[in-house]
Amino acid sequence: MSLAKHGSAPTSLTSVSMGRKVKDRLVQVLVYLAFALAVIPLVSVLWMVIKNGIGRFDLDFFSFSQNGIGPRDAGGGAYHAIIGTLEQVLLTSVMAVPLGILTAVYLVEYGQDRRLARTISFFVDVMTGIPSIVAGLFILAFWLLLLGFSFSGFAGALALAILMLPTVVRSAEEMLKLVPNELREASFALGVPRWRTVCFVVLPTALSGIVSGVMLAVARVMGETAPLLLLVFVTSSINMNPFSGPQMALPVFIWDQAGQPNDTAIARAWTAALTLILIIMALNLTARLIARLRRPASR
Amino acid sequence: MTSQTEIGEKGTAAAETRRAARAASTGRAGDRVFAIATRGSGILVLVIMAAIAVFLIWKALPALRSDEANFVTSQEWSPDSTPARFGIAQLAFGTVISSFLALLMATPVAIAIALFISFYAPRRIAGGLSFVIDLLAAVPSIIYGLWGLQFFVTKMDDVAVFLNDNASWIPLFGGDSVGGRSILTASVVLAIMILPIISSISREVFQQVPQANIEAALALGATRWEVIRMAVLPFGRSGMVSAAMLGLGRALGETIAVAMVLSTASGITLHILKEGGNTFAANIANTFAEAGANGRGALIASGLVLFIITLIVNMAARAIVARRKEFV
Repeated sequence: MSLAKHGSAPTSLTSVSMGRKVKDRLVQVLVYLAFALAVIPLVSVLWMVIKNGIGRFDLDFFSFSQNGIGPRDAGGGAYHAIIGTLEQVLLTSVMAVPLGILTAVYLVEYGQDRRLARTISFFVDVMTGIPSIVAGLFILAFWLLLLGFSFSGFAGALALAILMLPTVVRSAEEMLKLVPNELREASFALGVPRWRTVCFVVLPTALSGIVSGVMLAVARVMGETAPLLLLVFVTSSINMNPFSGPQMALPVFIWDQAGQPNDTAIARAWTAALTLILIIMALNLTARLIARLRRPASR
Repeated sequence: MTSQTEIGEKGTAAAETRRAARAASTGRAGDRVFAIATRGSGILVLVIMAAIAVFLIWKALPALRSDEANFVTSQEWSPDSTPARFGIAQLAFGTVISSFLALLMATPVAIAIALFISFYAPRRIAGGLSFVIDLLAAVPSIIYGLWGLQFFVTKMDDVAVFLNDNASWIPLFGGDSVGGRSILTASVVLAIMILPIISSISREVFQQVPQANIEAALALGATRWEVIRMAVLPFGRSGMVSAAMLGLGRALGETIAVAMVLSTASGITLHILKEGGNTFAANIANTFAEAGANGRGALIASGLVLFIITLIVNMAARAIVARRKEFV
């Protein structure tokens, strides 16, 4: 194409006809526009959240619960919701991370294209597409209705674990595949048993990638609302115990406050949204940084 | 004599230490335990998938038996009254139409974005640009819901009135009581949410286009668009189809954003500007708190239908990708 710019070459070989040139330019413009179009909602969402959320982003918001505060009253905060979110996400990770990493280890180290491994891999993919509300309904049917437990943070964590598991498996699998085979062979040649090879050679090599994958997965489940509505319910007071009684979580807090017709409540919803988005963005950025700074040794 | 016993003692001592070492080694037993643990957690994934289906069916059945109306064709939703009457017609309609509209809007834009990042953007900032699109996926649905309800709906009010005034001859834009909390607004929000998924999977597909094909097209004197049309798009077709289907799966199951944006009004209508409409997921989120025992069963039944639909869409998408992998 650069040849076309020099007029000296014979025209039959180099010149691109006007129609083709116009079409090429047109597509280029369209493609740039598409990107700009996608940035508009992102900027709009972030701007609205910051603009409306900054007003109540004060010390009260992080040190008080909504206990005894009506939707029309000023003040109040999301302390109870932040506690709830942190506890639920911690419980979720405790369940989903080991399970996900073990599954990934099976798929990469033990599976070797066996039928079981291929089936698991397929269903991990399918599991990524389970709507969060369906995961919530499943735990509702199983944990609450069948086993007779009542609303609790733990029930919500169970549903979140189902949503988190496939993400952890996928990212851990990708990272384990990046570990060079020579490392495994060197370890085997020294007479190290397989499980020690996996635990002390393969996993540490892939550690930074797995950590960043887990952080992204945590960021994803942290904003889930639907299953928590069914399983954890809402409360306005602090509940430190995730194993009994309703608990609040940040997304449910937003849902609850945004459903009120009063400006004070809606301001609280925006501030909770700002808090949530700050946590999620921090997790995302840290994950990317870890992934960028500490790549596997081979790369 | 003495030296021999010494040697013998040394030998037994060596054997002893070897035996001790073997006993202390975690080799075989550890291997077995670890293999079982990894295999077990893999199998647990399958068990969870099966359990979801089993428990949803189990808890949906009593409600389905109590249903006096036709579960598939009825538009009513009053499972807690006696006799219980409920059906999924309206929910299914709202879910399908909003998801398909979202897909129609998101797919071309998402593929264009993938093309932009893969072929047009300067190499040095391409990574940063894809991160921007990933951020769109990182925003939780509740925040899209809040933004949609508080900000976007008010904008869409004007759009809806404008379209209704000027383009009501198109059946979709006709009808009365138009407003922002309509199926159209919900599908725009859904489109924004599924955009990053479709875009990132398409980008992965485009990265696999053989460099030789691209260079061959360039050598024939093709412009950049012609390279994309001749070398990139044909190669990535199945990948883009499955990307769009995965986006569809996400849109079908999206709950909170839709529940917040739509105002609940019953009835099936093709007028997508009319306020109201409902989807499976939004209906569950909105009515769960007031539902009684039978109501919960009915909601679980509707969730089961949603689960089956998304399962089919996802499995089809994954099957397309898997088939492509075998052939390329």
